Amino acid sequence: MDAFLLSRLQFALNISFHILFPTITMAMGWFLFYFKLRSNISGHPVWMRMYRFWVRVFALSFALGVVSGVTMSFQFGTNWPGFMEKVGNVAGPLLGYEVLTAFFLEATFLGIMLFGIRRVPNWLHTASTLIVALGTTTSAFWILALNSWMQTPQGFEVVDGVVYATNWKEIIFNPSFPYRFVHMMLASGLTASFLIAGLSAYRMLKGDDKLAPKLALKTATYTAAVLIPLQIFAGDMHGLNTLEHQPQKVAAMEGLWETTEGAPLLLFAIPDEESKENHFEIPIPYGASLILTHELKGKIKGLNEFEGEHPPVAPVFYGFRVMVGMGMLMLAVSWIGSLYLLRKKDFPLWLKRTFAGMAFSGWIATLAGWYVTEIGRQPYLVSGVLKTADAVTQLPPGNIALSFTLYLVIYTVLLIAYMGTLMLMCRRAVEIEEITTEEREVAKAKMQPSDPDPATV
Amino acid sequence: MFENVSAEMLGNIYVGLLGLSVLLYAILDGYDLGVGVLIPPRTEAFRDDMIASIGPYWDANETWLVLAIGLLLIAFPEAHSEFLQTLYLPATFMLLGLILRGVAFDFRAKVVQVKKRKWDLVFKYGSLLTTLAQGYMLGIYVTGLRTDIWAQAFALLAAFGVTAAYAFIGSCWLILKTEGELQQKAYYWARRGLGILAVGIVAVSIANLTLHDDVRDLWLSAPWGYVLFAIPVTCFALLALCGVLLKKLPDAQGKGEWLPFFIALLVFLLCFAAFGISYYPFIIPGQMTVMDALSDANSLRFLLVGVVIVVPIILAYTAMVYKIFSGKSEKLSYY
Repeated sequence: MDAFLLSRLQFALNISFHILFPTITMAMGWFLFYFKLRSNISGHPVWMRMYRFWVRVFALSFALGVVSGVTMSFQFGTNWPGFMEKVGNVAGPLLGYEVLTAFFLEATFLGIMLFGIRRVPNWLHTASTLIVALGTTTSAFWILALNSWMQTPQGFEVVDGVVYATNWKEIIFNPSFPYRFVHMMLASGLTASFLIAGLSAYRMLKGDDKLAPKLALKTATYTAAVLIPLQIFAGDMHGLNTLEHQPQKVAAMEGLWETTEGAPLLLFAIPDEESKENHFEIPIPYGASLILTHELKGKIKGLNEFEGEHPPVAPVFYGFRVMVGMGMLMLAVSWIGSLYLLRKKDFPLWLKRTFAGMAFSGWIATLAGWYVTEIGRQPYLVSGVLKTADAVTQLPPGNIALSFTLYLVIYTVLLIAYMGTLMLMCRRAVEIEEITTEEREVAKAKMQPSDPDPATV
Repeated sequence: MFENVSAEMLGNIYVGLLGLSVLLYAILDGYDLGVGVLIPPRTEAFRDDMIASIGPYWDANETWLVLAIGLLLIAFPEAHSEFLQTLYLPATFMLLGLILRGVAFDFRAKVVQVKKRKWDLVFKYGSLLTTLAQGYMLGIYVTGLRTDIWAQAFALLAAFGVTAAYAFIGSCWLILKTEGELQQKAYYWARRGLGILAVGIVAVSIANLTLHDDVRDLWLSAPWGYVLFAIPVTCFALLALCGVLLKKLPDAQGKGEWLPFFIALLVFLLCFAAFGISYYPFIIPGQMTVMDALSDANSLRFLLVGVVIVVPIILAYTAMVYKIFSGKSEKLSYY
């Protein structure tokens, strides 16, 4: 294998592993802020108990995100020196702003969130929770600005083969940025919602009948039920934006080999790159044209118009279907869950099991979506500006093979350890989590007589 | 903004910022890496208290490395790719070490006793792998990215020197943050680390003189020569003072416990200053100057706006956190 393929595999591995954790923490920061606010307002100890359980999940996820993120900041230089040589004048400051405005904020105030509760006044602890949530969101802002610029670059000029920034507002607010940012924040919201709902359902399945998991399940189910239609809408808008700026990506997503008026929506197919056709198609006639152009006979450009300049079709095609399929499943499950909640009924066993089984479903949808958009940009690293193959290192392939193998082993172990630890934390919470005398006193002082006895929550 | 800041000026500003980040990283992550290296491998005593002493800080400490590597990438991209491609494997091992210790820190808190021991060892050896790799990288870097046998030998020396330095500042940190038996143990570690560090500084200083002709000339000519020779002399005076303190303080009923850490901090600062004066204006010693590697001035001006506003804020809230958690660290609890 050559340095190019190995570098791509290694970066794909790293960024796939990395994105799992920010996807959780970006939204979970806001969940924690909500729990903390509810605790401050009601004084009911259950909110602080939820905070304590989920802040530990947050901290573990954050640590994994930090360490895998550090790795990537090195790989820009080690494996993709051509990236910084060509577009560093744009990419550099965006990365710099991310480190300055987000990383320090998150890392520093997380210390107060985790260890400061007895050392700082309550307002500062609440403020720290808010600051960390703002920090994760700010981090997403900058990195998605850079990623979107790589998809739809503007606001620059090329002099002697090197990109120079001419307008930072155009660079940051490039055409695909607002859509990608909203789409990703909602994806994070859904991932965190399903993780919280799933692990809470798992606790209940393990015999936990305390209030904390029930309340967490309820909060997360409602959140998911509200976010998922918004996400479907935002995803559709993002798709239309992609059609305008990166039509070859949409052609690959739809498996459309020839430019067609009235293109079908393919529910399933096996794209064949050699013969440039699909096998075993299950089409809905005119479906793609209707969705993308809002006309039955709307014309959609096929892959034939982008000879040699379009991405590999199969991964983009399948990735898109996995993402959409997962979204539909999330819609069904969160709405069914919400119906039970609205009618004040307990979840039946099968629904608890479904939620528990879907604890990590957000990861699958998020990864699939990122594969669509990142593979869909190939063969370019920066659309129309820099090809991926032109950015790669001249390092000896043996060195990259070694580092790739080490990363693969460590990330696999860590992923198993992470998921196993979350499940273990749930099982232990079933046994040992209980409210302290101090909390009970606070609760008694603040609660109405009609509220449930805090000893039973 | 900053349109009339010249490229030379920008080069100096950014190399100064890079230096600040590296220095803060070496001191801050230095002590928490050092605490990791010092974790006793066979006995479980002290582990919880040692880890509690760095709990609120390590995440933010490591962020200085991200900023340093980020600044190198942004302001001096050619140096970044030259440096990291030459040091690809040691950098990979350093990253693996950082990954292992970072996650071990969080995993250990959430698993049962049996597995906790394993994560503690992961934390220790991850820290050790990191410090050795960083020292090795520093050594190769100082030689001007040479890879011959002498450079390798020098780099191995630096690997142990840096590990000793981190272990030393780590034990000084423990003296400051802990009490009782662990604190007594930390005094012992600090005394031992002090000796190794002193030998290391002598060895590195001598080796340094033989590496680059222009560096030797600088050391042997006025006026910088006086400054440069004053630095190791001051270092030794400080370390000797520290040696005396480490003998006396255990019986001083908690007075002056901050002194060893403060001296360690000064020693780090002085060693760093000696490096800086020796190698400026090179970003890679003997190979590439700051101006050779500097990226587009307009992009750096754009980032400078953020730097000027945000860096003081970062320093302020970092100081705030150290104030909040000042005094002896509390018993380990995870929220």
